[in-house]
Order: sequence, then structure tokens, then C-alpha cells
Amino acid sequence: MSDVVMQVNDLWVEYPAKRGLVKAVRGVSFELRRGESLALIGESGSGKTTLGLALVRLLPKAAHIRRGSILYRHDGIEQDVLLMTKSELREFRWRNCAMVFQGAQNAFNPVLRIEAQFLDTARAHGLTNANDVRSRARDLLRRVQLDPERVLSSYPHELSGGMRQRVLIALGLLLRPQVIILDEPTTALDILTQRSVIEVLRSLREEFDFALIFISHDLSLAAELADRVATVYAGAIIEIGNVFDIFEHARHPYTIALTHAVPTVTGEQRELVSIPGSPPDLINPPAGCTFHPRCPYATERCLKEEPLLEPVGNGQYAACWNWRDVPELS
Amino acid sequence: MANLAPILELEDLSRSFEQRGKQVKAVDSINLSVADGEVVCLVGESGCGKTTTGKMIAGLIRPTGGTMRFRGKDIWKMNDTDFREYRMQVQLIHQDPYASLNPTQTVFQILSAPLLHHGLAKAGAGVRDRVRELLQIVEMTPPDDYLEKYPHQLSGGQRQRISVARALTVSPSLIVADEAVSMVDVSIRVSLLGMLGRLKRELGVTFVFITHDLAVAKYFAWEGRIAVMYLGRMVEIDRTPQLVSTPKHPYTQALLSAIPEADPRITRTKERIMLRSPDVPSLLNLPPGCTFHPRCPRFEAGLCDVIVPQLTSIGEYAQVACHVAVREQTENVAGLAADNK
Repeated sequence: MSDVVMQVNDLWVEYPAKRGLVKAVRGVSFELRRGESLALIGESGSGKTTLGLALVRLLPKAAHIRRGSILYRHDGIEQDVLLMTKSELREFRWRNCAMVFQGAQNAFNPVLRIEAQFLDTARAHGLTNANDVRSRARDLLRRVQLDPERVLSSYPHELSGGMRQRVLIALGLLLRPQVIILDEPTTALDILTQRSVIEVLRSLREEFDFALIFISHDLSLAAELADRVATVYAGAIIEIGNVFDIFEHARHPYTIALTHAVPTVTGEQRELVSIPGSPPDLINPPAGCTFHPRCPYATERCLKEEPLLEPVGNGQYAACWNWRDVPELS
Repeated sequence: MANLAPILELEDLSRSFEQRGKQVKAVDSINLSVADGEVVCLVGESGCGKTTTGKMIAGLIRPTGGTMRFRGKDIWKMNDTDFREYRMQVQLIHQDPYASLNPTQTVFQILSAPLLHHGLAKAGAGVRDRVRELLQIVEMTPPDDYLEKYPHQLSGGQRQRISVARALTVSPSLIVADEAVSMVDVSIRVSLLGMLGRLKRELGVTFVFITHDLAVAKYFAWEGRIAVMYLGRMVEIDRTPQLVSTPKHPYTQALLSAIPEADPRITRTKERIMLRSPDVPSLLNLPPGCTFHPRCPRFEAGLCDVIVPQLTSIGEYAQVACHVAVREQTENVAGLAADNK
């Protein structure tokens, strides 16, 4: 598997809360292949953001990685992100793996012009030739459909949310990382702005060939940009597969319901599926399969034993005891 | 639909706000008539004036121009009794169920307060029964499980149901729902929309449903109409199936073509309309003529940048504010008439 750039094995993350331990990530394993785009979709409280933060070890101090490994491969070397020293981690973040987190449009230093933010980032990673950095920044800004002269001399508050999101994507690409992680990259943006961010990501990916992990509650973003989709529920990946298979031949009842819970604007009015109950409590997750209290196909076994991902064909995996008996929806 | 008496009529309704000494027109001369029992979705991107319009409909802010009539009466010229009645008849459901409920009150307290205040139920068993009934209407069953809960003990979807139940305490005939399902998780959204749809069918409640999400608008208002707003103006109104399948205004067309869809085959093969500029003009410095002209792919110099297009009827139901769309429609009709001769 030489084309795998990141391999996550049995990752567990928890953090203390008043009522007890929040089991935010529970035994997650997946591979990220070179140049591919992987969507982690899930609802609020599913643990998807914690998972993203864990991949670059930016978890809040209180969080604890109980178990697992995150193997990162580049230039024939394999390193476990969880075992990296401070200086290795510094090298890894941004140079190898850039991240743009949710609400990151507000992550700029408000008193620095955009140009200074590019120069600072570059300097922190050893690029000291300001002219080189400037010309690279200009080039990247043009590629994200912004006017470099105007943007570089602006302060963050002078740019709109969509512009700031695109500046951050350009900043993320400054050091030509192999992997980019985006958390909710289009949330809170208007439709036409979302469209331009999506098109920018698509063309950048064709050009720079980085691998992309994006975390979103928005299924349509996954439908647009993902090669593969992983459904996250109660801190675990409960299904993963090719984007078309996930949307058309999902095997896990939760994925099936989720992909049929969102209306489309194109085409006939379609019947939507409603999912009963509420998302699970990650402090006291249900025993057995965490989806069983909401699942119409739950059997005796689902109440007691938690299913693990198993192959269901065509490189697709689902964590459901009864996937063979779950009817597909059209 | 059109032959029913309107419950709500907006006529040249405007609202300006002052910002740094400048007048900002958040809503600019909109016209809309809503029939009793109808569902109308106000759709548009942030800053289009849809929330301001919703607040004016609910009587929470006063228009700076135009008139608004509720059951034929200008609400700002009503006497106190009529105005009080109107305020009970029209209820607003807010977007954020985390901010719109008092965190120190139980569900029972939240729902019983308006009932007691307006004398709609007698203290004691009467009010308790009515609260139980309301909880049942919003599908929070068994009701007794929720009476003593505080908002923080409820999920986002459940809180939004309490907001709806609170609106229903005064038996309104019109509900303005401002992004009422936007903050709720996908898995919960469908049942919430289904519940609101039931209120419409079973209680005959009229809905003005405000959303930025055209797919949600299509789903909820399939039998009603959608009104599209852009920078404070109404640019297109039509019955929902027609509006989403054959939009007439270039802005509506661009919006529909840009929407990412939760279906990889649809979304990856959709035809995209390219705009001339991605940037939305500032409300402080609006372009002359049609405010969409700097971005519009069908822009005609000397026309669109000079004359403000008025919302014009095309056929029986559709209305559109676009010089080019209106002209084409007239030509088509003329062409068809010529063909028939």
C-alpha cells in the first residue's frame, strides 16, 4: 500500500466533562491515499471535529488520546504523528499537513495585513526570502480567484467571509503540503460563495495533487468533492466507501437514512426519510451498536455487541450486523 | 389559491436603517400578497432582507415606507384592541433554539405563561391539559416526560419543537418561521418539517417560511410559492414547482445552478451559470438600475444599469423583476400568437 499517505489505526480520544468521560473518537481506522479526497460526514456531536484535531495533534489539553496510531508517510519514511517530538510535529504541521478549521475565517490576526500573515507563516517554517514568498502568495491567491494586490494589502476585516476562506486555503497551500484537512469549509457561506470555494478546491486539487480530508455535516459538499465518504456516528466510522456507492448503495441504516434525509432542488419532489430519536450521548453511548435505539432493523444482537467495519463489496465497509438484510432505498 | 382572500398584503413595503449617517435600505418596496392557508417561502442569501421582512410581518419592527395589511387592515393604523389581536394572530419562530428559550424556565413554565397571560386557559388543571395537548401537537410524547425539563436538557430539535408549541399557545393563523430548521441536524430536520407541514394541513396555519436553502423551500412549499429576494428587493415570485424547474430571473437561475446537491450524479452534471462577478455589492453602495446587473450574465448596457426593473406579472402566477426576462416572455407570447394565425 505505497500510495497511502496517512493511515489511522484504532484511534480513541476522550475528554473529561462534568458528567463523565466523553468518548469522542472510538476506535477509528482509515487510510488516506495519495491525492484522494475523503469526506468525513456526520452530525453535530458525532466526534468528527475531534477526529480532525487529533490527526494533527491539536486537541485541547484536557483531551486524551487513549490508544491508536496515526502513520504519516512521505519520501519513503513512515512516522507516527502521535510519537513525534515537538520539532517533528512543527515540521509536520503546515509543511506536510495543513489544516483549516471551522470558523477559521476568524483565525487571522486582526491587526496584521494578509501579506504579513503569509510572511509569518513562511518564516515560521524556514522560508526567509520574502520576495519568493510574496510571489508564491500572489500566484496562489490568483488560483483561488482573488486579486492578489488588493488582498495582500488588506486587513482581515476588509475581506468577506468567502474571501477569507479562500485566503486561508491559499495560505494552507503555501508550503505545498501533501495533505490538507478542512473542517466545514463552506458552512456559513452563501450559496454563490460556496460554489466558488468548491470550484477553487476542485481546480487546486487537479493542479497540486494533494490529498484532502474534509469534515462536514453537509452531505452535498461530500457529493460534490469527495472520492470516498466516511460516515461518522457516535465517534466511530460506521461506513466508508466510494462516493457513488455511499450515496446510492449504502449498507448501514444510518447512512441510508442520512442520504435520504436531504432534499435536492433539481428534479421531482422526493420522499424524505426521517430518522427517529436523537443523536447518542457520547458520555453514555448505547450498548451494542450505538445506532440501535434509532434503527428500524435492530435485532437482539445489536443491543449487545458493537459491530465493527466489515467489507460489503467494492472496497466498501459497513459496521452493521444486519447489512445483508437492510433494504436499499431508491 | 389566488381567489382566496389574502391574510397578508405587503404594499411597497420598505425598511431603512441608519448606518454611519447613511441610509441603508434593507428592504426596498416589496409587494406580496399571501392567501389564507398558503405557504410562501422567502428565499435569498444573507443580507437580502428576508429576516427584516419577517420581522415586519410579525410587527416587531416598523416599516419606513409602504403599508402592511393583515386581514385587510393596515396594522400600523389599528386601534389597540385590533393590534393586540393581530400580534396574537401572527407568531414568529426564531432560528436559534438555543437562544430563544429562557434557560431558567421549565417547558411547562415556558408554555403556560402565554396561556395564563392571555387568559386562554385557567390556572391549574386547565393550563396543564392545554400544555400537554400542545406538546402532543409538536410530537413530544408522552408530554409528561417533558413538562419539568429545562431547555438545556433538550436537544436542538426538541427545543425547536418547544418554540413551535409556544407560538401555538395563542392559536395563531400566521406563523413566520425564520430559518426554523437551519440549525437543526439533518436527521432531525425532516421530522421537524413534517410536523410544521401537519400544522399547515390540520390547523390551517398560513406560513411565511424564511430560508436561505432553496432545497428546503422546495420541499416545504411544494404546494405553495417561493419569493426570491436579492439586496432588499423581490426579484421573482412563482409557484414552487415552476420556480425551481423554470426560473425566469437570472439571479434565481444562477442560484439554482450553484446549489450543491446531496446527490453526486446530479451535482456533478449540473449546468453551471457563470456570473460576471462573484462579489455581492454593499447595501451602502448599491449599483444603479437593476442591483444584480454587475453580476448578471444577461446584462444589457444602457438598460439594466439605468432603469430599475419592476416586479412584472408573466402569465397567471409568475412575477419577475428583470427587463430581459420580461421582454423575452412578451416576445414568446407574441411569437406563439403569430404561429397560431
